[in-house]
Amino acid sequence: MKSPVRQLRDFFVSLRLTVVLLVLGMILVFVATLDQVNLGIWAVQEKYFRSFFVVGRLPGLDVFVPFFPGGYLIGGLLLINLIASHFFRFKFTWNKAGIQLTHAGLIFLLLGELFTGLYQDDFSMRLTQGEPRNYSESYRENELAIIDTTDAAFDDVVAIPESVVARKAALQHPKLPFRIVPKEYYPNSGLRSREGDKAAASAGGGPRATQGIGLNVDLLPQAVTYKHDERNVPGALVELVGSDGPIGTWVVSSDPRMPPQRFQYAGRSYTIGLRFTRHYKPFTLTLLKFSHDRYAGTEIPKNFSSRIRLNTPDGRDDREVLIYMNNPMRYSGLTFYQASFEPGNDKVTILQVVRNPSWLVPYIACSIMTLGLIWQFAIHLTGFIARRRAAPEPRPA
Amino acid sequence: MKKYLPLAALVLALLYVGSTLRPARNPGAIDVNGFGRIPVLVNGRLKPLDTVARSSLLQLQGRQSVRTPDDRRLQPIEWLLDVTCRSEVADTYQHFEITHPDVLAIFDLKAQDGQGEKRFSLKQLLPRLGELQRQARLADQVESAVRNAFQRAVLQLYGNLIHYQRLRHAFVSPDRPDFLGDLLKLQESVKAGVEAVRAKQAGQPHDEAAAKALTEIGERFVVMNDSTHFLVVPPDADTKDPVGWRTAGAALLDTLRTGSVNPGALAYAGLAHAWRGQKAEEFNKIVSLFRADLEKRFAPALRKGDTEVRFNSAQPFYTSTVLYALAFFLAVFSWLAWPQELGRSAFRVLAIAWVVASLGIGTRMWLEGRPPVTNLYSSALFVGWGAVGLCLLLESIYRNSIASVAAGVIGFLTLIIAHHLSLTGDTMEMMRAVLDSNFWLATHVVVITAGYSATFLAGFLAIIYIVRGVFTRSLDSATADSLHRMVYGIVCFATLFNFVGTILGGIWADQSWGRFWGWDPKENGALIIVLWNAIMLHARWGGMVRQRGFMVLAVGGNIVTGWSWFGTNMLGVGLHSYGFTDAAFVALATFVTSQVALIAIGNLPLDRWRSSGLRGAKS
Repeated sequence: MKSPVRQLRDFFVSLRLTVVLLVLGMILVFVATLDQVNLGIWAVQEKYFRSFFVVGRLPGLDVFVPFFPGGYLIGGLLLINLIASHFFRFKFTWNKAGIQLTHAGLIFLLLGELFTGLYQDDFSMRLTQGEPRNYSESYRENELAIIDTTDAAFDDVVAIPESVVARKAALQHPKLPFRIVPKEYYPNSGLRSREGDKAAASAGGGPRATQGIGLNVDLLPQAVTYKHDERNVPGALVELVGSDGPIGTWVVSSDPRMPPQRFQYAGRSYTIGLRFTRHYKPFTLTLLKFSHDRYAGTEIPKNFSSRIRLNTPDGRDDREVLIYMNNPMRYSGLTFYQASFEPGNDKVTILQVVRNPSWLVPYIACSIMTLGLIWQFAIHLTGFIARRRAAPEPRPA
Repeated sequence: MKKYLPLAALVLALLYVGSTLRPARNPGAIDVNGFGRIPVLVNGRLKPLDTVARSSLLQLQGRQSVRTPDDRRLQPIEWLLDVTCRSEVADTYQHFEITHPDVLAIFDLKAQDGQGEKRFSLKQLLPRLGELQRQARLADQVESAVRNAFQRAVLQLYGNLIHYQRLRHAFVSPDRPDFLGDLLKLQESVKAGVEAVRAKQAGQPHDEAAAKALTEIGERFVVMNDSTHFLVVPPDADTKDPVGWRTAGAALLDTLRTGSVNPGALAYAGLAHAWRGQKAEEFNKIVSLFRADLEKRFAPALRKGDTEVRFNSAQPFYTSTVLYALAFFLAVFSWLAWPQELGRSAFRVLAIAWVVASLGIGTRMWLEGRPPVTNLYSSALFVGWGAVGLCLLLESIYRNSIASVAAGVIGFLTLIIAHHLSLTGDTMEMMRAVLDSNFWLATHVVVITAGYSATFLAGFLAIIYIVRGVFTRSLDSATADSLHRMVYGIVCFATLFNFVGTILGGIWADQSWGRFWGWDPKENGALIIVLWNAIMLHARWGGMVRQRGFMVLAVGGNIVTGWSWFGTNMLGVGLHSYGFTDAAFVALATFVTSQVALIAIGNLPLDRWRSSGLRGAKS
């Protein structure tokens, strides 16, 4: 009778566990691929891969139950299985060195994917020709920005994450002389003209904007989209309340057509607006020229490229960079890719900015694994050829 | 006598290949083949008119031959001449394939009204074209991923009609019986006409008739230019700019500015005139003059074009398809009788088929200046090529015709798949920006496609194992063991290639989109193949499956690879999604079902297997 510890160890080093995990992993990947049609690529990653369990709602009930192991669980167990096998099962021989190398690489690959899941972040950066810009914008996160613009020399920005606005609870920021009271919040919304909708206005009893653009436009709540080529545009109705009563209610939206709205309070100038969350950089990029080559006589894109000036405030870097397809710029821990363009506007380029501290790990892992596989394949092949040479001519079946 | 069989097979196969390589002959006195070699710029590629004719026909009706109402057979290039130069005749040709009954209902047509019960002429469709247009507008508003079969069929037919319309306006104004005469008249009157129009615009006295005539013909040119995207008129003599190619309409519009009719556009009008009157001498003269003019500036492009026309008429992949089928039968019969002679014959025919396919792929590579796999069509060619190549290697080692049978089946099937994929138009298309990288196309795409080849090959060898084992008595334990060794070796090879290919894809993705892995459907498909290969190998090493179980798993590899190759593209999401037809979905579903059935058969208890060699020792 084995001791329980030994049984546990045997369980974790067993090939049977490997095969079971691989099968589960395959099913997970397959189902997740199918579900992309409904959920889109981003939500699928959260639901299936960056989770310990895939949870689903029981039909007809509002109860969520885990029904399948998620990516972290399968990947984690596979990792334990692999590492345990290295310690307890694998014995080094030259004939098996390739296999062990491959599995060591696999450990790296799994770890790299874990780190990527934890630390990778991507943003977009829209550059207009000739306009320097020192921030990128989030794809999915938004913030309510209230900016004190009184001093012409600098802006004093207070940015409140969308998630806080979504709670619809009043909040006070030490830098601001008023409270912020989110009244309504929609994760995805459109804008519509307020005039053309008098009937709805008189019928609906909800709060209305009393200041700014909101006097003319209303928010139109929309279903949250999961499509990879569409973006959710959150909107909110925000009331600001000073020490002596409400200042006003504003409609804010991340819709790019909606600029920050100005107002005055207590002798100071402010702007208020909802925007894609900004991430400031210690350097500035300026688009010098965007090129969009097409094949002769067609609209089929041949190449996109952006010539960009990169400079830092301290003057240590001041140079031109060409970013084009399959040729990103790596700088200060970030990678800038040519991601998109605005149709019909060749003065604008859209870059994708990725921060992934572990981007090198897959490269290392893959080199190790490829080496291991080639080693093993070569040994098999030479062994096979040697056997064929030794064996007599086979008789046809 | 039978010892000469392999030699006879070799000679016959070579003769057959040789017969396809003869240059095409003109059907009459008119040099239509010379005309077919004239290059035009379409979809960003300079290609001979012969290619335009063939790919148009494949797109419209899924085959290259045309039968006219008076029962003549037309070569593709003759068909193109009729469509472009005497469209009133071509409008009666039944070359629009419609199979969806509801689409036929739009036109109040029945299948019996069509040639072969599915091909219809523009004349038949004309009365209800407005309704089709309305349906197309409705279908167009629906997102492509959720369109139903009817909507897709409507849009496809509508697209085909637009394509036909573009062809009709490519050379001449389709409703002018004597367009050349119009142009010659214009040549004389253009100066006076332009003056008259100017005077009219300035409100001065003018020749009203001249102004009217000029405006009328100018409008015709505008319509011609707007109705086509075939850039047929080469750039002016003083420029080599490839962008300088223009539509005939655009070149003719220039007449109003320059005061003289563009010689290229005039040449096409002349060709149309000669073709309408079937004047061989005139036609051939214009072709040779036009070509001589191009020769001065576009000699390399003309060389490529000539090769492409030869390639088109030789149809090497069709030749290979026939030879693969022949090799398959020879190899199968070798299991029944004359194993030596028939087996060797099969091997030789197979080798020739493979060489022909290699030459075809090589020619495409040279024409495109690209690695072998650039789109789904060429991936089908390459999957077959890779698998048959591996089979030739296996067969030269084992010499039991098993690999030849597998090669015959895979070679034949992949070329049939390729044929169906070619129906969307020209298969040598330009690469969209991010794909425009020969390095990654040559590494990632080629390696992963080779991985598909190997996985399919392992699967088909396993099918041979199961079918021979269950339905025949021919699977003795020696054959079973050699099949097992083959499949194991191929699976190892497949694992290596699928894995390395997937990794290279990750690196490419990191280079172009900033993430090594993005869980895109196609990436996931590749991952599933790698996982499946890993499962097979680990299950075998762990003793969870033996010979038969390993074979059954290998058949499962076919499903996984089929899904990754085509299924992921049908989801309509992600970076690798392309438009797809119902036929492809049905084909994939049928394939998967057949493989599931084979897996079930493979799992039958051993006492139900007719081959008894496996009972006892190994299971």
